[in-house]
Amino acid sequence: MNDYELNRRYVITELLRNRKDNLIINGLGGTCWDVASLGDNNLNFYVWGGMGNACMIGLGLALSQPNKKIIVITGDGEMLMGIGSLITIAVKKPKNLSIVVFDNELYGETGNQKTHTANGVILSTIAKGSGIKNSNIIQNTTELKSLSSKINQINELSFSQIKINNELDETILPIREGPYIKSRFRKTLLGKEALLE
Amino acid sequence: MQKNINKKIENWSYDIYQVLSKNNARQIAYVPDAGHKSLIEYCANDKFMNMISLTSEEEGMGLLAGAWLGGEKGVLLMQSSGVGNCINAIASITRACNFPLLMLITMRGEWNEFNPWQVPMGQATEKVLDALNVVTIRCEKIEEISDTVSAMMGLAYKSNCISAVLLSQRLIGAKSFKE
Repeated sequence: MNDYELNRRYVITELLRNRKDNLIINGLGGTCWDVASLGDNNLNFYVWGGMGNACMIGLGLALSQPNKKIIVITGDGEMLMGIGSLITIAVKKPKNLSIVVFDNELYGETGNQKTHTANGVILSTIAKGSGIKNSNIIQNTTELKSLSSKINQINELSFSQIKINNELDETILPIREGPYIKSRFRKTLLGKEALLE
Repeated sequence: MQKNINKKIENWSYDIYQVLSKNNARQIAYVPDAGHKSLIEYCANDKFMNMISLTSEEEGMGLLAGAWLGGEKGVLLMQSSGVGNCINAIASITRACNFPLLMLITMRGEWNEFNPWQVPMGQATEKVLDALNVVTIRCEKIEEISDTVSAMMGLAYKSNCISAVLLSQRLIGAKSFKE
């Protein structure tokens, strides 16, 4: 057990309090339930699979919608599997993308095995080394409030590794049919004409 | 001989580039291959196209899914060994959500291959794509490339299919390692 101050549901509530019509991508597992815990939203793209690819979905979306803010919220295990994607994203530097990793140092869906972040791997340092200048590690409420005051605006590419404790929260499952999640998201963002192309 | 092949590659690469351009491909994702060299250069010189160099091919599934969520089309350029890197991402993202996807794959491990380490994945490429229900067409002749790419892009983006065009090693010429 780790004893970090921040609880994941408190963190998601703080981060997305002022989301407005920002576009949210989650990673599979815990961060999917966290996003769902705030209520359903057509502009949530709930990722239920494809471990390691959440940030890349965020990149493709950020490049195609430069005037919209995209926030990817994923876990440490999911981020580690797609660690190369951080490098690809750092090279493209989309201003309208923020990546947030909820880091509990565990694979929470598979029996709480330790991830590499439990053994000294610092994701925000990897992000910084990849070229994402605005890369931070967040461990307390003050630092979280500073992030949540900025994250819903378009500013610059950012990466935030938020250390969270592993208090158990209710598992809240959102809709899971991929084609429906996709088409609903596209219709809301692009208009119903997008479905008639 | 290789010089002639290179000139031919430049020509059909330009034909592919024109098909991509005409169909509004905006996000050009790639892991380089010698057979895609000219196409990558043509696309990179087009201000309308956004070049995304990937660390590994499976990043392309997430990228192009995100692009389509935001209303943009794209393509993934890679060599046949990259197909092996993509399997779960094709199944668990692209197929799971019926995202459109066009892959242009230059083949290794077949026609006069010099490097035995390339052969197993090259020979498995079509079978792997078939197992994932990817619509796959092999191009052996220059004159069929342009129409094939155009039709396969249409299939992907009009009918939410995953389509792959395999550009055979016979077209590209086997890598010699002696130049």
